[in-house]
Amino acid sequence: MNGAQDLGGQMGFGPIEIEANEPNFHARWEERAFAITLAMGATGSWNLDTSRFARESLHPVDYLQSSYYEIWLKGLERLCLDKDLITPEELESGQMQVPPHPVKRVLKVADVAGVLAKGGPASRTASAPALFKAGDRVRTLVMHPEGHTRLPRYARGCEGTIEAVHGAHVFPDSNACGEGESPTWLYGVSFKGTDIWGADSDPNLTLRLDLWEPYLERL
Amino acid sequence: MSHDHDHDHSELSGIELRVRALETLLTEKGYVDPPALDLLIETYQTKIGPKNGARVVARSWTDPDYRARLMEDATAAIAELGFTGRQGEHMVAVENRPDIHNIVVCTLCSCYPWTVLGLPPVWYKSAPYRSRAVRDPRGVLGEFGVFLPEETQIKVWDSTAEVRYLVIPMRPDGTEDWSEEALADLVTRDSMIGTGLAILPGAAEEDTL
Repeated sequence: MNGAQDLGGQMGFGPIEIEANEPNFHARWEERAFAITLAMGATGSWNLDTSRFARESLHPVDYLQSSYYEIWLKGLERLCLDKDLITPEELESGQMQVPPHPVKRVLKVADVAGVLAKGGPASRTASAPALFKAGDRVRTLVMHPEGHTRLPRYARGCEGTIEAVHGAHVFPDSNACGEGESPTWLYGVSFKGTDIWGADSDPNLTLRLDLWEPYLERL
Repeated sequence: MSHDHDHDHSELSGIELRVRALETLLTEKGYVDPPALDLLIETYQTKIGPKNGARVVARSWTDPDYRARLMEDATAAIAELGFTGRQGEHMVAVENRPDIHNIVVCTLCSCYPWTVLGLPPVWYKSAPYRSRAVRDPRGVLGEFGVFLPEETQIKVWDSTAEVRYLVIPMRPDGTEDWSEEALADLVTRDSMIGTGLAILPGAAEEDTL
Protein backbone atom coordinates (compact mmCIF):
# COMPACT_ATOMS: atom_id res chain seq x y z
CA MET A 1 0.00 0.00 0.00
CA ASN A 2 1.07 3.57 -0.60
CA GLY A 3 1.32 4.27 3.11
CA ALA A 4 3.64 6.41 5.16
CA GLN A 5 6.02 3.47 5.54
CA ASP A 6 7.05 3.70 1.88
CA LEU A 7 9.68 6.33 2.56
CA GLY A 8 12.28 5.81 -0.16
CA GLY A 9 12.88 9.07 -2.04
CA GLN A 10 10.57 11.23 0.08
CA MET A 11 11.97 14.62 1.00
CA GLY A 12 11.93 17.10 3.80
CA PHE A 13 12.64 14.94 6.85
CA GLY A 14 15.79 16.83 7.72
CA PRO A 15 19.12 15.55 9.02
CA ILE A 16 19.66 12.10 10.46
CA GLU A 17 19.73 12.14 14.26
CA ILE A 18 22.77 10.08 15.15
CA GLU A 19 23.23 9.20 18.81
CA ALA A 20 26.71 8.15 19.94
CA ASN A 21 26.87 4.96 21.98
CA GLU A 22 23.16 4.48 21.56
CA PRO A 23 21.52 1.92 23.87
CA ASN A 24 19.23 -0.77 22.44
CA PHE A 25 16.31 0.68 24.36
CA HIS A 26 15.72 4.23 25.53
CA ALA A 27 13.10 3.39 28.14
CA ARG A 28 11.75 0.35 29.90
CA TRP A 29 8.49 0.50 27.94
CA GLU A 30 10.47 0.00 24.73
CA GLU A 31 11.92 -3.23 26.12
CA ARG A 32 8.47 -4.46 27.03
CA ALA A 33 6.93 -3.44 23.68
CA PHE A 34 9.76 -5.25 21.90
CA ALA A 35 9.36 -8.42 23.98
CA ILE A 36 5.57 -8.68 23.78
CA THR A 37 5.74 -8.12 20.02
CA LEU A 38 8.19 -11.01 19.58
CA ALA A 39 6.35 -13.25 22.02
CA MET A 40 2.97 -12.60 20.39
CA GLY A 41 4.52 -13.29 17.00
CA ALA A 42 5.59 -16.66 18.39
CA THR A 43 1.96 -17.57 19.21
CA GLY A 44 1.43 -18.16 15.49
CA SER A 45 -1.67 -15.95 15.38
CA TRP A 46 -0.30 -14.05 12.39
CA ASN A 47 2.77 -14.00 10.17
CA LEU A 48 5.53 -11.44 9.65
CA ASP A 49 3.88 -9.98 6.55
CA THR A 50 0.57 -9.50 8.35
CA SER A 51 2.36 -7.68 11.15
CA ARG A 52 4.18 -5.41 8.68
CA PHE A 53 0.87 -4.63 7.00
CA ALA A 54 -0.70 -3.79 10.37
CA ARG A 55 2.08 -1.27 11.05
CA GLU A 56 1.97 0.35 7.64
CA SER A 57 -1.83 0.60 7.87
CA LEU A 58 -1.50 3.13 10.69
CA HIS A 59 -2.73 6.57 9.69
CA PRO A 60 0.20 8.29 7.95
CA VAL A 61 0.25 11.12 10.48
CA ASP A 62 0.32 8.61 13.33
CA TYR A 63 3.04 6.55 11.63
CA LEU A 64 5.32 9.50 11.03
CA GLN A 65 4.83 10.95 14.50
CA SER A 66 5.52 7.67 16.27
CA SER A 67 8.84 6.25 17.32
CA TYR A 68 9.55 2.77 15.97
CA TYR A 69 8.59 0.90 19.14
CA GLU A 70 5.39 2.97 19.27
CA ILE A 71 4.66 1.76 15.75
CA TRP A 72 5.28 -1.80 16.92
CA LEU A 73 2.96 -1.33 19.89
CA LYS A 74 0.17 0.17 17.80
CA GLY A 75 0.55 -2.58 15.22
CA LEU A 76 0.43 -5.22 17.94
CA GLU A 77 -2.73 -3.75 19.49
CA ARG A 78 -4.38 -3.80 16.10
CA LEU A 79 -3.37 -7.41 15.41
CA CYS A 80 -4.56 -8.61 18.82
CA LEU A 81 -7.92 -6.92 18.23
CA ASP A 82 -8.22 -8.18 14.64
CA LYS A 83 -7.57 -11.77 15.74
CA ASP A 84 -10.02 -11.48 18.66
CA LEU A 85 -7.27 -12.20 21.16
CA ILE A 86 -8.45 -9.19 23.14
CA THR A 87 -11.49 -6.89 23.03
CA PRO A 88 -11.46 -3.09 22.74
CA GLU A 89 -12.90 -2.89 26.25
CA GLU A 90 -10.11 -5.05 27.59
CA LEU A 91 -7.49 -2.95 25.85
CA GLU A 92 -9.05 0.17 27.33
CA SER A 93 -9.17 -1.21 30.87
CA GLY A 94 -6.11 -3.46 30.83
CA GLN A 95 -8.27 -6.08 32.55
CA MET A 96 -9.36 -9.46 31.21
CA GLN A 97 -13.11 -9.55 30.71
CA VAL A 98 -13.62 -12.55 28.42
CA PRO A 99 -11.77 -15.89 28.40
CA PRO A 100 -8.65 -16.15 26.25
CA HIS A 101 -8.88 -17.17 22.63
CA PRO A 102 -6.85 -20.34 22.00
CA VAL A 103 -3.42 -19.73 20.42
CA LYS A 104 -1.19 -22.27 18.68
CA ARG A 105 1.64 -21.96 21.18
CA VAL A 106 2.99 -19.83 23.97
CA LEU A 107 6.69 -18.97 24.00
CA LYS A 108 8.09 -20.35 27.25
CA VAL A 109 11.34 -19.24 28.79
CA ALA A 110 12.97 -22.61 28.12
CA ASP A 111 12.26 -22.28 24.40
CA VAL A 112 13.48 -18.71 23.84
CA ALA A 113 17.07 -19.54 22.91
CA GLY A 114 16.02 -22.32 20.56
CA VAL A 115 13.32 -20.28 18.85
CA LEU A 116 15.65 -17.32 18.27
CA ALA A 117 18.48 -19.54 17.01
CA LYS A 118 16.14 -21.32 14.62
CA GLY A 119 14.47 -18.24 13.21
CA GLY A 120 11.87 -18.51 10.47
CA PRO A 121 13.34 -19.04 7.03
CA ALA A 122 11.21 -17.62 4.19
CA SER A 123 12.62 -19.94 1.51
CA ARG A 124 10.25 -22.53 0.08
CA THR A 125 10.19 -25.17 -2.64
CA ALA A 126 9.42 -23.69 -6.03
CA SER A 127 6.46 -25.09 -7.94
CA ALA A 128 7.59 -23.77 -11.33
CA PRO A 129 10.90 -22.91 -12.96
CA ALA A 130 12.27 -19.39 -12.60
CA LEU A 131 11.31 -17.03 -15.42
CA PHE A 132 14.50 -15.02 -15.18
CA LYS A 133 18.22 -15.65 -14.82
CA ALA A 134 21.15 -13.47 -13.86
CA GLY A 135 21.84 -10.87 -16.53
CA ASP A 136 18.25 -10.64 -17.81
CA ARG A 137 16.89 -7.16 -18.32
CA VAL A 138 13.55 -6.50 -16.63
CA ARG A 139 11.15 -3.68 -15.89
CA THR A 140 9.23 -3.35 -12.64
CA LEU A 141 5.48 -3.04 -12.98
CA VAL A 142 3.60 0.15 -12.43
CA MET A 143 1.13 -0.90 -9.76
CA HIS A 144 -0.53 0.58 -6.71
CA PRO A 145 -2.08 -2.24 -4.69
CA GLU A 146 -4.06 -1.26 -1.62
CA GLY A 147 -2.79 -4.39 0.10
CA HIS A 148 0.72 -5.23 1.23
CA THR A 149 3.56 -5.18 -1.28
CA ARG A 150 7.34 -5.02 -1.08
CA LEU A 151 7.84 -3.12 -4.33
CA PRO A 152 8.53 0.43 -3.15
CA ARG A 153 6.96 3.30 -5.08
CA TYR A 154 10.31 4.75 -6.08
CA ALA A 155 11.19 1.55 -7.95
CA ARG A 156 7.98 1.07 -9.94
CA GLY A 157 8.15 1.26 -13.71
CA CYS A 158 11.95 1.13 -13.71
CA GLU A 159 14.35 -0.86 -15.88
CA GLY A 160 16.92 -3.02 -14.16
CA THR A 161 19.03 -6.16 -14.39
CA ILE A 162 18.62 -9.48 -12.60
CA GLU A 163 21.73 -9.90 -10.50
CA ALA A 164 20.85 -12.81 -8.21
CA VAL A 165 18.29 -15.59 -8.12
CA HIS A 166 17.49 -16.23 -4.45
CA GLY A 167 15.10 -19.15 -4.97
CA ALA A 168 11.42 -19.29 -4.12
CA HIS A 169 10.36 -17.34 -1.06
CA VAL A 170 7.08 -16.67 0.72
CA PHE A 171 5.20 -14.04 -1.30
CA PRO A 172 4.38 -11.16 1.07
CA ASP A 173 1.59 -9.73 -1.07
CA SER A 174 -0.54 -12.87 -0.57
CA ASN A 175 0.80 -13.95 2.81
CA ALA A 176 -0.02 -10.62 4.48
CA CYS A 177 -3.72 -10.90 3.74
CA GLY A 178 -4.15 -14.56 4.66
CA GLU A 179 -4.11 -15.85 1.09
CA GLY A 180 -1.24 -18.20 1.72
CA GLU A 181 2.51 -18.26 1.29
CA SER A 182 2.35 -18.79 -2.52
CA PRO A 183 6.09 -19.57 -2.89
CA THR A 184 7.36 -17.24 -5.60
CA TRP A 185 10.77 -16.68 -7.20
CA LEU A 186 12.73 -13.90 -5.58
CA TYR A 187 15.47 -12.01 -7.41
CA GLY A 188 18.13 -9.49 -6.57
CA VAL A 189 17.63 -6.73 -9.14
CA SER A 190 20.05 -3.87 -9.72
CA PHE A 191 19.09 -0.47 -11.09
CA LYS A 192 21.17 2.45 -12.25
CA GLY A 193 20.55 5.40 -9.99
CA THR A 194 19.85 7.58 -13.01
CA ASP A 195 17.14 5.14 -14.21
CA ILE A 196 15.32 5.73 -10.94
CA TRP A 197 16.13 9.31 -9.98
CA GLY A 198 16.70 10.91 -13.37
CA ALA A 199 19.51 12.24 -15.50
CA ASP A 200 20.67 14.85 -13.00
CA SER A 201 21.19 12.35 -10.19
CA ASP A 202 24.47 10.73 -9.06
CA PRO A 203 25.93 8.86 -12.07
CA ASN A 204 27.87 6.53 -9.77
CA LEU A 205 24.89 5.22 -7.84
CA THR A 206 23.47 1.71 -8.14
CA LEU A 207 20.42 0.45 -6.27
CA ARG A 208 19.82 -3.14 -5.47
CA LEU A 209 16.41 -4.48 -4.39
CA ASP A 210 15.03 -7.94 -3.75
CA LEU A 211 11.90 -8.34 -5.86
CA TRP A 212 9.46 -11.16 -6.49
CA GLU A 213 8.71 -12.44 -9.98
CA PRO A 214 5.18 -10.96 -10.22
CA TYR A 215 6.70 -7.48 -9.79
CA LEU A 216 8.76 -7.90 -12.97
CA GLU A 217 8.30 -8.10 -16.71
CA ARG A 218 10.92 -9.04 -19.28
CA LEU A 219 12.38 -6.28 -21.38
CA MET B 1 10.25 10.69 14.14
CA SER B 2 9.95 12.30 17.51
CA HIS B 3 11.11 10.39 20.54
CA ASP B 4 11.52 13.25 22.96
CA HIS B 5 9.16 11.60 25.39
CA ASP B 6 11.64 8.73 25.69
CA HIS B 7 13.81 10.89 27.84
CA ASP B 8 11.11 11.86 30.30
CA HIS B 9 11.21 9.31 33.08
CA SER B 10 9.66 11.51 35.74
CA GLU B 11 6.18 10.00 35.52
CA LEU B 12 4.43 7.30 33.58
CA SER B 13 3.64 8.67 30.14
CA GLY B 14 0.70 7.68 28.00
CA ILE B 15 2.79 5.23 26.05
CA GLU B 16 4.21 3.60 29.19
CA LEU B 17 0.72 3.06 30.56
CA ARG B 18 -0.43 1.73 27.21
CA VAL B 19 2.38 -0.85 27.01
CA ARG B 20 1.88 -1.85 30.61
CA ALA B 21 -1.87 -2.35 30.08
CA LEU B 22 -1.32 -4.51 27.01
CA GLU B 23 1.40 -6.61 28.64
CA THR B 24 -0.75 -7.16 31.73
CA LEU B 25 -3.68 -8.20 29.60
CA LEU B 26 -1.66 -10.56 27.39
CA THR B 27 -0.09 -12.11 30.50
CA GLU B 28 -3.45 -12.55 32.23
CA LYS B 29 -4.79 -14.24 29.13
CA GLY B 30 -1.85 -16.60 29.10
CA TYR B 31 -0.58 -15.59 25.65
CA VAL B 32 2.82 -14.51 26.94
CA ASP B 33 5.09 -15.89 29.64
CA PRO B 34 6.73 -13.07 31.64
CA PRO B 35 10.07 -14.89 32.21
CA ALA B 36 10.27 -15.46 28.45
CA LEU B 37 9.75 -11.72 27.88
CA ASP B 38 12.59 -10.94 30.27
CA LEU B 39 14.85 -13.43 28.52
CA LEU B 40 14.07 -12.01 25.08
CA ILE B 41 15.20 -8.59 26.28
CA GLU B 42 18.26 -9.96 28.08
CA THR B 43 19.32 -11.92 25.01
CA TYR B 44 19.44 -8.84 22.79
CA GLN B 45 20.98 -6.74 25.55
CA THR B 46 23.82 -9.15 26.25
CA LYS B 47 24.26 -11.87 23.62
CA ILE B 48 23.25 -10.66 20.18
CA GLY B 49 24.87 -7.47 18.93
CA PRO B 50 27.45 -5.98 16.56
CA LYS B 51 30.30 -7.81 18.29
CA ASN B 52 29.00 -10.90 16.48
CA GLY B 53 29.33 -9.22 13.11
CA ALA B 54 32.75 -7.83 14.01
CA ARG B 55 33.97 -11.38 14.59
CA VAL B 56 32.70 -12.40 11.16
CA VAL B 57 34.45 -9.46 9.50
CA ALA B 58 37.72 -9.98 11.39
CA ARG B 59 37.73 -13.66 10.44
CA SER B 60 37.12 -12.73 6.81
CA TRP B 61 40.11 -10.35 6.95
CA THR B 62 42.51 -12.97 8.29
CA ASP B 63 41.30 -16.19 6.69
CA PRO B 64 40.96 -16.14 2.88
CA ASP B 65 39.19 -19.51 2.85
CA TYR B 66 36.64 -18.20 5.32
CA ARG B 67 36.17 -15.07 3.24
CA ALA B 68 35.53 -17.20 0.16
CA ARG B 69 32.91 -19.24 2.03
CA LEU B 70 31.36 -16.03 3.39
CA MET B 71 30.99 -14.55 -0.07
CA GLU B 72 29.63 -17.83 -1.44
CA ASP B 73 27.12 -18.64 1.33
CA ALA B 74 27.08 -16.07 4.12
CA THR B 75 24.34 -17.81 6.11
CA ALA B 76 26.47 -20.96 6.44
CA ALA B 77 29.74 -19.11 7.01
CA ILE B 78 28.20 -16.96 9.75
CA ALA B 79 26.68 -20.08 11.31
CA GLU B 80 30.22 -21.50 11.59
CA LEU B 81 30.79 -18.86 14.28
CA GLY B 82 27.54 -19.81 16.00
CA PHE B 83 25.32 -16.95 14.81
CA THR B 84 22.05 -18.19 13.37
CA GLY B 85 18.35 -17.54 13.46
CA ARG B 86 15.85 -14.76 13.67
CA GLN B 87 16.42 -11.95 11.13
CA GLY B 88 19.53 -13.69 9.82
CA GLU B 89 17.98 -16.67 8.06
CA HIS B 90 19.13 -15.58 4.60
CA MET B 91 22.41 -13.71 4.87
CA VAL B 92 24.44 -12.14 2.07
CA ALA B 93 27.84 -10.51 2.63
CA VAL B 94 28.81 -7.59 0.39
CA GLU B 95 32.40 -6.39 0.36
CA ASN B 96 33.59 -2.82 0.11
CA ARG B 97 36.49 -2.19 -2.24
CA PRO B 98 38.40 0.93 -3.21
CA ASP B 99 36.08 1.39 -6.19
CA ILE B 100 32.74 0.43 -4.64
CA HIS B 101 31.07 1.24 -1.35
CA ASN B 102 27.99 -0.62 -0.14
CA ILE B 103 25.33 0.76 2.17
CA VAL B 104 22.24 -0.99 3.52
CA VAL B 105 18.78 0.42 4.24
CA CYS B 106 15.21 -0.77 4.61
CA THR B 107 13.00 1.91 3.11
CA LEU B 108 9.76 0.03 3.85
CA CYS B 109 10.30 -0.89 7.50
CA SER B 110 13.35 -1.76 9.59
CA CYS B 111 14.82 -4.99 8.16
CA TYR B 112 18.27 -5.49 9.67
CA PRO B 113 20.57 -8.50 10.20
CA TRP B 114 19.86 -9.14 13.88
CA THR B 115 22.08 -12.22 14.21
CA VAL B 116 25.22 -10.25 13.43
CA LEU B 117 24.32 -6.65 14.34
CA GLY B 118 21.65 -6.99 17.03
CA LEU B 119 18.78 -4.52 17.08
CA PRO B 120 18.92 -1.53 14.74
CA PRO B 121 19.67 1.96 16.06
CA VAL B 122 16.89 4.55 16.03
CA TRP B 123 18.38 6.44 13.08
CA TYR B 124 18.30 3.30 10.91
CA LYS B 125 14.52 3.07 11.44
CA SER B 126 13.93 6.80 11.08
CA ALA B 127 12.31 8.67 8.21
CA PRO B 128 15.37 10.83 7.43
CA TYR B 129 17.62 7.80 6.83
CA ARG B 130 15.04 5.60 5.11
CA SER B 131 13.92 8.35 2.75
CA ARG B 132 17.34 9.64 1.76
CA ALA B 133 19.69 6.64 1.77
CA VAL B 134 18.37 5.46 -1.60
CA ARG B 135 18.34 8.85 -3.31
CA ASP B 136 21.27 10.73 -1.79
CA PRO B 137 23.57 8.20 -0.15
CA ARG B 138 26.58 10.50 -0.50
CA GLY B 139 24.76 13.17 1.47
CA VAL B 140 23.81 10.58 4.07
CA LEU B 141 27.40 9.35 4.32
CA GLY B 142 28.56 12.92 4.82
CA GLU B 143 26.32 13.19 7.88
CA PHE B 144 28.14 10.17 9.26
CA GLY B 145 31.48 11.83 8.51
CA VAL B 146 32.27 9.55 5.58
CA PHE B 147 33.47 11.31 2.44
CA LEU B 148 34.25 9.13 -0.58
CA PRO B 149 35.80 10.17 -3.89
CA GLU B 150 33.17 11.15 -6.46
CA GLU B 151 34.27 8.33 -8.74
CA THR B 152 33.66 5.70 -6.07
CA GLN B 153 30.60 3.70 -7.03
CA ILE B 154 27.96 3.57 -4.33
CA LYS B 155 25.64 0.61 -4.17
CA VAL B 156 22.58 0.89 -1.94
CA TRP B 157 20.92 -2.34 -0.83
CA ASP B 158 17.24 -1.82 0.00
CA SER B 159 16.21 -4.79 2.17
CA THR B 160 12.83 -5.40 0.58
CA ALA B 161 12.67 -9.18 1.25
CA GLU B 162 13.89 -11.55 3.98
CA VAL B 163 17.46 -11.48 2.68
CA ARG B 164 19.71 -9.60 5.11
CA TYR B 165 22.91 -7.84 4.10
CA LEU B 166 26.18 -7.53 6.01
CA VAL B 167 28.71 -5.06 4.65
CA ILE B 168 32.32 -6.24 4.90
CA PRO B 169 34.34 -3.04 5.35
CA MET B 170 37.85 -2.72 3.97
CA ARG B 171 40.64 -3.79 6.30
CA PRO B 172 42.62 -0.74 7.39
CA ASP B 173 46.20 -0.45 6.21
CA GLY B 174 48.86 -1.02 8.82
CA THR B 175 47.12 -3.97 10.46
CA GLU B 176 48.94 -6.75 8.63
CA ASP B 177 50.27 -8.40 11.79
CA TRP B 178 47.20 -7.83 13.94
CA SER B 179 45.36 -10.69 15.62
CA GLU B 180 41.79 -11.49 14.69
CA GLU B 181 40.68 -10.37 18.13
CA ALA B 182 42.42 -7.00 17.84
CA LEU B 183 41.03 -6.51 14.34
CA ALA B 184 37.48 -7.13 15.55
CA ASP B 185 37.80 -4.03 17.74
CA LEU B 186 38.23 -1.93 14.57
CA VAL B 187 34.91 -3.12 13.14
CA THR B 188 32.09 -0.80 14.10
CA ARG B 189 28.39 -1.40 13.73
CA ASP B 190 28.13 1.42 11.20
CA SER B 191 30.97 -0.02 9.12
CA MET B 192 28.86 -3.18 8.72
CA ILE B 193 25.79 -1.15 7.66
CA GLY B 194 27.93 0.90 5.29
CA THR B 195 27.43 4.27 6.99
CA GLY B 196 30.93 4.04 8.44
CA LEU B 197 34.39 2.69 7.76
CA ALA B 198 36.52 0.44 9.93
CA ILE B 199 38.48 2.35 12.56
CA LEU B 200 42.00 3.25 11.56
CA PRO B 201 44.69 1.90 13.88
CA GLY B 202 45.45 4.47 16.54
CA ALA B 203 42.30 6.52 15.88
CA ALA B 204 40.12 7.34 18.85
CA GLU B 205 37.27 4.91 19.15
CA GLU B 206 34.73 7.32 20.54
CA ASP B 207 31.75 8.28 18.42
CA THR B 208 32.38 5.46 16.01
CA LEU B 209 29.51 3.23 17.05
